[in-house]
Amino acid sequence: MYDSLHHRAPAGPVGAMSARAVLASELNGKGRISRIRTLRSDGPLVLRKSNPKGPEPLTRRRHDVARVALAAGTAGPLGGDDYALDVNVGAGSTLVLQEVSAMLILPGQGGAQSKMAINITVEQGATFVWWAEPVIAAHRCNHLHDVRIALAPDARMILREEILLGRHGEAPGDFSSRLRITRGGLALYDQQIAFGPSSDGWDGAAVLGGHRATGSVIAVDPDWVDAPPAAAPFDQNAALTPLAGPGAAIGAVAPDSLELRRLLMRGVTELGPSWAT
Amino acid sequence: MHDETTPRTRALRLGVAGPVGTGKSSVIATICRHLRDEFALGVITNDIYTDEDARFLKSEGVLPEERIRAVETGSCPHTAIRDDVTMNLMAVEDMERDFAPLDIVLVESGGDNLTATFSPALVDAQIFVLDVAGGGDVARKGGPGISGADLLVINKIDLGPHVDVDVDQMVADAEKARGGEPVLPLSRKRPETVEKLCDWVRHMHQTYAKGGHVPVDPGPMAPHHHAHDDDHGHTHSHSHSHSHD
Amino acid sequence: MARTGLGRQAALLVLADGRLPAGGYAHSGGLEPAVAARRVTDMAELEAFLVGRAETAGVIAAAFAAAACARALRDDLSQMPELEAELDARIPSPELRKVSRDLGRQLRRAMSSIHPHPHFADLGPAPHQPIVMGVAAAALGLDAQDAALAILHENNSGAAAAAAKLMPVDPFDVHAILARMAERLDRLAGRAAALAGGPPADLPSPGAPLADIAAEHHRRRDVRLFAS
Repeated sequence: MYDSLHHRAPAGPVGAMSARAVLASELNGKGRISRIRTLRSDGPLVLRKSNPKGPEPLTRRRHDVARVALAAGTAGPLGGDDYALDVNVGAGSTLVLQEVSAMLILPGQGGAQSKMAINITVEQGATFVWWAEPVIAAHRCNHLHDVRIALAPDARMILREEILLGRHGEAPGDFSSRLRITRGGLALYDQQIAFGPSSDGWDGAAVLGGHRATGSVIAVDPDWVDAPPAAAPFDQNAALTPLAGPGAAIGAVAPDSLELRRLLMRGVTELGPSWAT
Repeated sequence: MHDETTPRTRALRLGVAGPVGTGKSSVIATICRHLRDEFALGVITNDIYTDEDARFLKSEGVLPEERIRAVETGSCPHTAIRDDVTMNLMAVEDMERDFAPLDIVLVESGGDNLTATFSPALVDAQIFVLDVAGGGDVARKGGPGISGADLLVINKIDLGPHVDVDVDQMVADAEKARGGEPVLPLSRKRPETVEKLCDWVRHMHQTYAKGGHVPVDPGPMAPHHHAHDDDHGHTHSHSHSHSHD
Repeated sequence: MARTGLGRQAALLVLADGRLPAGGYAHSGGLEPAVAARRVTDMAELEAFLVGRAETAGVIAAAFAAAACARALRDDLSQMPELEAELDARIPSPELRKVSRDLGRQLRRAMSSIHPHPHFADLGPAPHQPIVMGVAAAALGLDAQDAALAILHENNSGAAAAAAKLMPVDPFDVHAILARMAERLDRLAGRAAALAGGPPADLPSPGAPLADIAAEHHRRRDVRLFAS
């Protein structure tokens, strides 16, 4: 499977890329305004500061947030690529991470696996908003997606994840993703999704039921320790569910990305005024 | 253990079984309405679909709503009162714990056929409810509930003339089938019959409280049932769980 | 925990038998809402449903049953609260968390009478079903793989049995699915056992979005045959 001529031994097959981008935010000296402390792009993972255009949605309409966009410098990841993104949201700061476009995961040479590892820590009193664009698992891809988020007990967070099973009309490759969120070191949310020719059962009625898009919005709010949002199955294919800790998950399946986005954003309106868009 | 602690006082667990539509919920409502000032009561309903009976009793306002709880039986009302009583047993134990001390917990079975009777592991005594509208010959046909329940109620006797049933004959048939065990003709519209029902419950509670009542299994409910059901007495089946405190 | 008592294979059959009086018969494992939503309409869809369930909720239940069993066999219940929290984190639907805890309480209530063991009392007020299954398996002298297999089989056969009440099916066809899935369940149980000794945080967490969504809808339906 591996080409004997490859030059970057640890990264896998020929041309495989290894990249590690780093992003960190902090409060400025006066403790009022959030700013970027570290912004290190690497190869295909391009981080760009983007200034708020006005009151920032999902952050109680603050003006003083740090805002960054993640752009893909190249297509991919391709099979064999090994990407990592480390994010630290410093104490008291608010970081909004957005993405410029969808991430298209493509097969590489010889079917090697691509990896994307995202590690996020959100420190005390900090807020993290991650409004990701869809991850598209193209035909014959082989990808492992691993997102770990460690929250301080009083951190706030909201993220959106959207996964598309193949480009339009194509069957997806092998894709496995895990999103694990801990709060104060204790598990709060841990869900994997796996599909593709090497997995079983995902197309059935217990899991995705033939849908080609699935996603979720996870919100964590220390104010919910005492009063979590009520469960709301607001659509046949979507539900808002309070977690066992102060968090809520909006889960949805849909035939396509547009409908998925519509369902997830409708779910966000059920979260209450502190998460107003 | 929180879960299986024996309440300080264990209530009399009184089952109410009988075919669909004979008025089990109404018998329970009647008992609650007339005895709620004398006894601390709780009710567990068993429903085939959802929690209809619990909602009926709550809407009747016969007890505070939190003292009426529903067990969903997965469309197996037989199973829930006989061969797998765990859900009902826990519902009774939870209620006894949550509202201790209770005097009587009434367990209403999901409406089923003539063969459905409570396991003695679940209830201490049971009432089987027939009604005259089901036909005058039902009592004669017998069955474990009719012959073996602690009390057989023949309900809606005021309807006898309208459905061509000779109530006296039906009662006589039932008494014969039961070998002298009590039969109670009942109508909500005849206060003296309601008073007799209440007297029977008072007497049963008194006997139970003095330790003089031994649960009797009306008998297996279907021929394929295993013989050992009969000697699985109540005291035995509780001996383990009551050891925790 | 001493491995005494019933013979191993027979004890496993006792624990995995759908007739074990622990209230499992009142649940369809999500099949009822799937049928109601017309996502399962024929035998092929039933099989896909059952395989999908085994590969998601089944894998999680098996992993936690095995992990609980391994710890109970060592008489070390110190990580049970962490297992409970990790399992909560793997079940987004509050309805499904409640079902798991209801079934866990019921299994403990039943097993406390059937085969008493002091560990049952130490599991907290409402332990999850896989945790209780693991402890019950250990109490019967079974190992982590047995515990995983017992809960995989119990959950799978329970949902399959519900099909007879929910769909126009030939029960032989339903059991043919169970027979075809036997090797899969063995494999999944083996994998669960291999992970049993590791940290709770590393246990698998395969999600099933539609199962969570459907469970919340089911609770709100006026008429239903099964509690879940």
